[in-house]
Amino acid sequence: MSDPNRKAPDVTDTVNSTRPAPPPPVALVNPANRNEGAPRGGDEQVLRLEDVSIFYGDYQAVRGVDMTIGRHQITALIGPSGCGKSTVLRSLNRMNDLIPGARVAGRVTFHGEDLYARDVDPIEVRRRIGMVFQKPNPFPKSIYDNIAYGPRVTGMKVSNMDELVEKALRRAALWDEVKDKLKQSALALSGGQQQRLCIARTIAVSPEVILMDEPCSALDPIATSKIEDLMFELSRDYTIVIVTHNMQQAARVSHRTAFFTAEVDEQGERHGRLIEYDTTNKIFTNPAQKRTEEYITGRFG
Amino acid sequence: MSTTSTPPAPHAANPRHRPSLSQRRSRPGEVLFKLALQFCLLVAFAFLVALIAFAVIKGWNRLDPRLWQEMPTGAASRVARAGVQSAITGTLWVIGLTAAICLPIGIASAIYLEEYADNTRWYNRLLELNIQNLAGVPSIVFGILGLGLIARVIGLGFTVITAAIVLSLLVLPVVIIASREALRAVPRSIRQASYALGATRWQTTWRQVLPAAVPGMSTGAILALSRALGEAAPLILLGAVTFIRFNPDSLLSSYTTLPIQIYNLIKEPQAEFQELAAAAIVLLLVILLVLNSAAILIRNKFQKRW
Repeated sequence: MSDPNRKAPDVTDTVNSTRPAPPPPVALVNPANRNEGAPRGGDEQVLRLEDVSIFYGDYQAVRGVDMTIGRHQITALIGPSGCGKSTVLRSLNRMNDLIPGARVAGRVTFHGEDLYARDVDPIEVRRRIGMVFQKPNPFPKSIYDNIAYGPRVTGMKVSNMDELVEKALRRAALWDEVKDKLKQSALALSGGQQQRLCIARTIAVSPEVILMDEPCSALDPIATSKIEDLMFELSRDYTIVIVTHNMQQAARVSHRTAFFTAEVDEQGERHGRLIEYDTTNKIFTNPAQKRTEEYITGRFG
Repeated sequence: MSTTSTPPAPHAANPRHRPSLSQRRSRPGEVLFKLALQFCLLVAFAFLVALIAFAVIKGWNRLDPRLWQEMPTGAASRVARAGVQSAITGTLWVIGLTAAICLPIGIASAIYLEEYADNTRWYNRLLELNIQNLAGVPSIVFGILGLGLIARVIGLGFTVITAAIVLSLLVLPVVIIASREALRAVPRSIRQASYALGATRWQTTWRQVLPAAVPGMSTGAILALSRALGEAAPLILLGAVTFIRFNPDSLLSSYTTLPIQIYNLIKEPQAEFQELAAAAIVLLLVILLVLNSAAILIRNKFQKRW
């Protein structure tokens, strides 16, 4: 199952595969995808969405999403603004619970367990499925306390907190930059460092999955490339789902890409839909759907 | 560049016709508006300065240790040896108790409304609306409530605790509203970060949101307590006008407070009483100032941790 050199099977989970013939391959963003030969966790499914619709009050923000997320893969969710990709992401660790009126229909399963079953504890869900946000949001505390916060509140049995903090920071490629100022405020770090601190903080509670909601959109290109290196590195041990506006980023880092867009239904309401989901290589070189092609070639969105 | 669509910028064609930037024009409206704003500020400030100056000058002779070392007197012959000690201790008792009652309740209510309540529910919105209404209820009404319910029905009488409960009720809406503002000012991203790490709502509130809200809350708390400190109307109904020549020693002691004592002194015809009243006013202002400084200290202490 975990043969490191094995490539993910080329499953075509294409939604709406009714279109007669796929469009001819076009010159697209050149996916210098370094993940092609990367180790994979095989085809084990970690998360599975079945006919998932997400509502805010009466408004259906996302309609009928089916997709699976494989272990130790980086899955990118792309699409124009307002297509519901962040909403889908937040439904994977029940962050939507914090928005009054938000509701999920359909089934989201984590290793076969329904995340929205009555007896599921959202606190436990979030401990297993961590999240990194768009804007770096370190706590107004020291670097050390930022990392130690998660283990403390979740009651992890930690024999040596210093060691855990160091490990998390090393894992997030931040240790060398901050090892002499662990007691200083995290707010004094640069934006890119703050975001890596947020990733380190997430790693510190040893989640299985890390969700990233446009983690680089507030960062400069150098900081972005560091985070991308880090994601690639982390995908050996973690399953990563990333929402991004940046198609090159999706092409660079992800194994699989899901393309979402907003559709207007008969009542004139906009809903986010999953249009196509496939290996990143396929999405960027030979998409099955015309809209996917139009989006990634920059003709809309 | 474009020959058809975009018209050229007005002065681009002929640089010699470009107006110089160095022609500063006077704008009378701008100046007038600024002057009007400064005038309004001056009015508020001038009155404050006048008030303090007036009280200090009038009470100068009595601004000495007698003020807090001696008890009040009713006799003009003994006024030279009189002070307002029982009013000071009474005020400290009442305000201390008021703080102990209204701050925990007010902050807890604010936490519920901000962090826990689902404000799409009608009852939570009704609660909110009524808290705002309560803030506008005249203080004498609270005095009547205290007299009827707390002093008589519950039977706590004209005591320190009755006064503290009534003043707590009076300033509670202010504490709640100010604390909610402070909680709301804490960025949502901090809460999300905490939840995303598997923290519970209580852990998030206690470890992240509250510490970040303390500076704002302390400011609101001090404002509320300052209001309670200067409040006289409800206490008139609650026995504070009684002539008291001893310090309170328990929750069930009789008491008087500085604002009431000042009122009593000013009623007397002799100039010595007026002087004592002015000195007591200065003292009241000093207590207010100390309270405010405490608020600033708390605020700075908590901000330094960031």
